Amino acid sequence: MTEQNLTLGATVALSKPHLNDLLQSLRAHGYQTHGPQVRDGALIYGPITTLDDLPQGYISHQDAGRYRLEHTGHPYYFALTPGPDTWKRYLFPRRRALFHFQHHQGTWETAPPHDPPPRYALLGVRPCELAAIQIQDQVFLRADFTDPYYRGVRENLFIIAVNCLRPGDTCFCASLETGPEAREGYDLLLTELDDVFLVSVGSEIGRQHLQPLPWEPASAFHLNQARRQLDAARQRMGRTLPDPQHLPETLLANLEHPHWDDIAQRCLSCGNCTQVCPTCFCWDVQDEITLAGDRVTRFRVWDSCLSPQLSYLAGGNARPSIRARYRQWLTHKFASWERQFGTLGCVGCGRCITWCPAGIDITVELATLRTQALHAGGV
Amino acid sequence: MHSTLATAHPETLLAPLWAEVLDVQPETPGIATLTVRLEDASARACYRFRPGQFNMLSLPGIGEAAISVSSDPDEPERIRHTVRAVGNVSRALMRLQPGDRVGLRGPFGTPWPLDHCRGQDLLIVAGGIGLAPLRPVIYHVLHHRDDFGKVIVLYGARTPKDLLYTAEYDTWRAHDIRILLTVDRADPDWTGTVGVVPMLFYRLRPDPKRTVVFSCGPEIMMRFVVHESMARRIPPERMYLSLERNMKCGQGLCGHCQFGPFFICRDGPVFRFDALAPFFNVEDL
Repeated sequence: MTEQNLTLGATVALSKPHLNDLLQSLRAHGYQTHGPQVRDGALIYGPITTLDDLPQGYISHQDAGRYRLEHTGHPYYFALTPGPDTWKRYLFPRRRALFHFQHHQGTWETAPPHDPPPRYALLGVRPCELAAIQIQDQVFLRADFTDPYYRGVRENLFIIAVNCLRPGDTCFCASLETGPEAREGYDLLLTELDDVFLVSVGSEIGRQHLQPLPWEPASAFHLNQARRQLDAARQRMGRTLPDPQHLPETLLANLEHPHWDDIAQRCLSCGNCTQVCPTCFCWDVQDEITLAGDRVTRFRVWDSCLSPQLSYLAGGNARPSIRARYRQWLTHKFASWERQFGTLGCVGCGRCITWCPAGIDITVELATLRTQALHAGGV
Repeated sequence: MHSTLATAHPETLLAPLWAEVLDVQPETPGIATLTVRLEDASARACYRFRPGQFNMLSLPGIGEAAISVSSDPDEPERIRHTVRAVGNVSRALMRLQPGDRVGLRGPFGTPWPLDHCRGQDLLIVAGGIGLAPLRPVIYHVLHHRDDFGKVIVLYGARTPKDLLYTAEYDTWRAHDIRILLTVDRADPDWTGTVGVVPMLFYRLRPDPKRTVVFSCGPEIMMRFVVHESMARRIPPERMYLSLERNMKCGQGLCGHCQFGPFFICRDGPVFRFDALAPFFNVEDL
């Protein structure tokens, strides 16, 4: 048992209640433990202390523009696929003070914010969400520029990922190879079987926290079960996205395709898709001034390419139509992103499909664009 | 980039350095040139910009805006920005008085490729305030006139009163820079051309093998500049355009200035036209 040494990359078995010990160990080391939970009829992320806080027994019913939770009483803690919340907001909060302007002896001075970065341990990060964090790493931690706030949280992040054995109705991670199995980027990785968690060790710090717990070597039975269930999960995706590798070329060659007008007839330009997206990174800068006028805080807040204000300049709007704004959203994810960061900006989590009030399904729209472009003899 | 990026605290994002306003010079109705000097001596000593780059100018409680540097790159201690009053920030910038403080981050963006234009003819085509990011090019030419062949400026504005930097034209002409002007609407004293800027091309016979086009102005003007240049067999690799979009960060982070695959603040604002060509005529991109 624990007299054996864990090694990096090892997979061991841990009885489910002992996950509480892991959470406790992390808190003892100064981490705030956060995980999935049900609130107001949806799965969100927030502080947790024990397994009892997790959404055990729930399943979700999701479709384009539809989301319902149902309590079936099943024994699994991690059966729920993502809701509208994202781990993104831990690293890139919706609203964050960048610095202050302080009026002092008749003139303005700048002062950096004094809040040290929080130490988060995130439990239940699904493979698509892990991929989203890695995509955002490329955005915020570029070779030529590093975002100091993002880096502060990211460097201290402890990630307990969970393999996705029950993909949702709007999921298509298998098409983008971001899931349902996590491959890298976690400290520890859980696979939830009927009676135990399989735990894979992804980092030295993960190993240190797992080592003292009463883990057992994983049996061939358990490893096989996990393998079979992951294979089955790959076949059970609610959606598929054919040929994603061809999308950059297709979209950039079809910026004036009539199908953009068709989508614009349905899109409300509400921005829900960008708010639930785990990779969207556009932000605005806003000043908040005290009533006395002596202190200004400059904030960074989430923005959206579906907002007409995003491109407002000198009395005009570069993207005045919904057609132009929707095209920006979709071509950024599936074309420009690849040119900018070398990867697509989508992980196949399906949130934008579920939470679109008009029920626009990007897998359908992309397939339509691609099929029509191919029939027209293009790329 | 040759220049040093000026920011106040490396541990913060977007915190500006402070600059003192030395002068606010009215230029034309609604346009003024703001001259500033970085307060911190070491920042001032290492601040350099290249023609075509821009700074983010900041006022507490009002906001920040991207403004081209319009001054002489050989005088980096007195940084001039020609500002048009169009929004909250630009209007507030124009109300500044000498001695006031303004936040400054920069310089950002790609410059006009002057290093690659030695021995070439320069065709500078500007509309309205689009002359501002090109004025540093003209200063560079004045200092290094022998590095270039023919230098021609095509410039237009709405009315004669809206033409920028008119007091400097004689100096430019004295350095063998040919200036062709046009206005949309003449006034009784105007004896020059009336019409849009691309129309001035009909008075030129540029050598397509020697000519490099630098253009900044309304996008509709630049479309026709491209058209007229192509008609004179100037290849896309010899045309450079400076684009403008809403910008918040200046560093390719905030996403506002995206244009197709580009972040205009980082990949631009100056683009070689062959890179832009697939996207330039797409409506509302």
